[in-house]
Amino acid sequence: MSIHRYFPHSDADISAMLDRCGHKSLDELYSDVAPELRLRKPYDLPEEMSETEVRRYFENLFSQNRRMVCFAGGGFYDHYTPAVIDAIISRSEFLTAYTPYQPEISQGTLQYIFEYQSMMASLTGLDVSNASMYDGATATAEAMLMAVSASRKKKRVLISATVNPAVARVVSTYARYHGVALEVIPDHDGETLRSELEAMLGAGDVAGVIAAYPNYYGIVEDYSGWADLCHSHKALFILNCRASALGILKSPGSLSADIACGDAQSLGMPLNYGGPGLGFLCTTNALVRKMPGRIVGRTTDAEGRRVFVLTLQAREQHIRREKATSNICSNQGLMALHTVVYLSLMGNEGLRQVNDLGYGGLRLLAEKLEATGKMKLKYPDRPFIDEAVFEIADGLNADTILEAAAKEGILAGIKLDERELLVAVTEMQSPADIERYANLIASLKKS
Amino acid sequence: MSNIYYLPTHEYARVEGNVAYIGISEFAAKSLGNVVYVDMPEDGDDVVKGEDFGAVESVKAASDLFSPVSGAVVEINEHLIDNPRLLNEDPMANWIIKVEMTDPSELESLLSPEDYEKLCASEQH
Amino acid sequence: MNAKLYDKLIFEHSAPGRKGFSLPRNTYSHHIGEIASLCRDRVDDLPEVDEPTVVRHYTNMSNNNFGVDTGFYPLGSCTMKYNPKINEELAAGVKGLHPAQPASTVQGALEIYRRLELALCEIGGMAEFTLNPFAGAHGELTGLLVIRAYHASRDDFGRKTVIVPDSAHGTNPASAAVAGFNIVEVKSLPDGTVDIDDLASKLDDSVAAMMMTNPNTVGMFEKNIPAIAEMVHKAGALLYYDGANLNPMLGIARPGDMGFDVMHINLHKTFSTPHGGGGPGAGPVGVRAGLEKFLPTPRVIKKDDGSLYVERFNDSSFGSISAWLGNFTVYIKALAYILSLGRDALSMAGQLATLNANYIMHSLDDLYKLPIPGPCKHEFVFDGLKDKSTGVTTLNVAKRLLDFGFHAPTIYFPLLFHESLMIEPTETESRETLDRFIEVMREIAREAAEAPDKVKEAPHDTPVRHPDDTEAALHPILTWKQLCDKPTAS
Repeated sequence: MSIHRYFPHSDADISAMLDRCGHKSLDELYSDVAPELRLRKPYDLPEEMSETEVRRYFENLFSQNRRMVCFAGGGFYDHYTPAVIDAIISRSEFLTAYTPYQPEISQGTLQYIFEYQSMMASLTGLDVSNASMYDGATATAEAMLMAVSASRKKKRVLISATVNPAVARVVSTYARYHGVALEVIPDHDGETLRSELEAMLGAGDVAGVIAAYPNYYGIVEDYSGWADLCHSHKALFILNCRASALGILKSPGSLSADIACGDAQSLGMPLNYGGPGLGFLCTTNALVRKMPGRIVGRTTDAEGRRVFVLTLQAREQHIRREKATSNICSNQGLMALHTVVYLSLMGNEGLRQVNDLGYGGLRLLAEKLEATGKMKLKYPDRPFIDEAVFEIADGLNADTILEAAAKEGILAGIKLDERELLVAVTEMQSPADIERYANLIASLKKS
Repeated sequence: MSNIYYLPTHEYARVEGNVAYIGISEFAAKSLGNVVYVDMPEDGDDVVKGEDFGAVESVKAASDLFSPVSGAVVEINEHLIDNPRLLNEDPMANWIIKVEMTDPSELESLLSPEDYEKLCASEQH
Repeated sequence: MNAKLYDKLIFEHSAPGRKGFSLPRNTYSHHIGEIASLCRDRVDDLPEVDEPTVVRHYTNMSNNNFGVDTGFYPLGSCTMKYNPKINEELAAGVKGLHPAQPASTVQGALEIYRRLELALCEIGGMAEFTLNPFAGAHGELTGLLVIRAYHASRDDFGRKTVIVPDSAHGTNPASAAVAGFNIVEVKSLPDGTVDIDDLASKLDDSVAAMMMTNPNTVGMFEKNIPAIAEMVHKAGALLYYDGANLNPMLGIARPGDMGFDVMHINLHKTFSTPHGGGGPGAGPVGVRAGLEKFLPTPRVIKKDDGSLYVERFNDSSFGSISAWLGNFTVYIKALAYILSLGRDALSMAGQLATLNANYIMHSLDDLYKLPIPGPCKHEFVFDGLKDKSTGVTTLNVAKRLLDFGFHAPTIYFPLLFHESLMIEPTETESRETLDRFIEVMREIAREAAEAPDKVKEAPHDTPVRHPDDTEAALHPILTWKQLCDKPTAS
């Protein structure tokens, strides 16, 4: 009798194999585990389920979820995933491989990581990229650690108040326990206060400055001159970016940023209820040895062929242990493949069109909402692409709007406070969806 | 009396007046294998005796560099940036940093070439 | 797998004027040109390719790769077991859910999170889990931060040290360093287990925690674990379980019952979720009763009415290590695996993995040097070939295995032996596969004696042979742009 379809062992196999090992029973292989440590009763877990039962079990759970027309962003964006991507990333040659430790039989993984590094470097306008990090928040935390390590002795890092609070929370957690003093640069009217930045840099001991691009409120802050300012205080300039927006915005490299990091989920990854997305981290040639994570490089093999290998590994935990640039080991490998297939299909022109659709859609929504007299842009004079903060008129509040919209199957945005919603539009929301959103707001009665 | 002193971690200081040329020993260079990168401080940085000031990396290993003396870095060996393999070829000629010492009496606690050789001999076993 | 390398990069298929996308018609009256002063002209170097070319390119590229579905992958410490296909299908079930959706619209997703958490509590013998950490190393960091918060809550701020065995995974000391700890190593005895006397000499009130994996990295069960736990606890420190080697303990013993206070589990090892060429994985962290309140936010909480919601902040928590709830689709796959196996088969998985490892060990220990005699658990370590006179190294053996269609074992880890060759077969490999592997390993040992150069020059039949690692590190070329700027290696 076979035990389970996932196990090839028949009873006969087990006894023959035990024989070879000189043991009478499977239990004998565990004679070194003291009886008092042994499991006292079987796991309190369900009995084996057939494939049909498992499917039914999850279908039942999925039925308690609701797919909504998504006007929420806040770090995760509802973009289209071309069908090609799933077909490629589900190929088991990619899916069931480990980290490419044996380059002779892992060129597939190594090639796509090299392509990924190339495309992310292009997008950020920087020299190099690593092979991926976990998410945008941890990538930004790693960028902070990298700045501290590159400065050798400095212990202060500044972070703008306009950085996504979910990202800032993670950065602040890493900072607190790593002995880094993380200080917030105040904002005003949706933008970081440059005068405050100058004063804080002037106080000295700053290893790095972290700003957001676009910022949490969807505003594209003007960072020209920031890098020079940071560099004059020997601090690194770090931009936490939304990857899709880099398809249209001036590149972090052209703004002389030292590190660009963030989440690449916006490059066509499904929402996945928050994960997996993909953290990216790019930097300059000067800082490549301080960069955490795996890196793939080109070399040649014995026959002179162009091939790829994991390189600069002397920075990593399996060699440097506690002196490593980071503890990261597993990353988001397959999502790097997701990213290269997306960027291959979209190219420069596709990215521009995606941004243009989001921009046009958000402008249309803003006009229609303003016409209702119930919601309007909070920062109408600031530049944004496809995400912005809307103020709610007296007599209405964020919860009422979110609830009423949810009944219509619309996710109306993310509540910033009682009177403010953060709203995003992508190519996934049609003009008709925008119309529905506006009509719904128009229909709400002020209390 | 030799003007070369060693740390047990295989760094040397070759002293000329108040200046120490700091590098890694032949023994260290051999055991590392092909050096592919030398991480160095910048001119003007301070180094402290016994504390790390950089690292040397081969393909599959890395080793921190500890300073045998305290002082200010007055020069780094820029040849090592483009050609780190010089460390394998002649580690004594190819010093890594040049330091203006603040406390030459620190040299007294370092190993003499003879003592250092004995240490290497014992590590080989 | 390809016999011949498919060596193109997507950039080499690019030609101006081609495209691979389709987007809705743009009918809006406002256009991005309105903010032109903030915009770039174009993203240089992104390819311009059509859809069929993209599909063919990546399909060909996949054929350069070896995965668990291709063949035997006995990579020690990595638990390369079969990744069930139903799990992949089910994981697509949350594609359209935004993480900021109101709790009432994601009750099913939150229930999946909660049920997996409860199952892991049962398997780990822990009081509560967070699933949020993205990978094993991230779980280690999370667990260590729980430990820091615990000591801080008792105003015990002097505990700055974490003890790790000298046989530990490299992530252990690296994670402790990121968490702000100093690291002290404890020695191993010749049998690979922790040297209790050395440990005793290192335990004092500066120690925050000791990290261990059990079975350890040489595949031996740490028999002294109750004594170690007592010593560590007596010193006021906590005991951390690195779950990388949990697989053989399924159905046998639980870390919580061994005295561990905090643990992580690699869902991409023990719970069959695919490694994806390096991720995404998941490294859930469990804690014993009394430590729950320190776990990171966001957390999934059950209300009195039975409904679930996501708590974003919590004063007692150490903080956050992820923006949302982690790699959610991985949880679906792990829960599906637990349900597909069910209680009884899950309890057999570890024993069959252990049987497979012992079977290989017993079939090769006459030709390969076994520094620590068994029985082993899910994996074991050879210290190279027994006959050292041939000059054939572990690296040579590993590369020769590739010629025979096997992935190589983990090599040169743990650091306890010069020629470590670490073999982990997992329970999803058949006796026939193991027999074939044994036969090949014996054949390689024979070649090493009779024609050593054949092994030393291996691999011979892979699409790529002997990549030059030194050249790659000496003159790093890390992007297409750098490659075009420097067309030939110097």
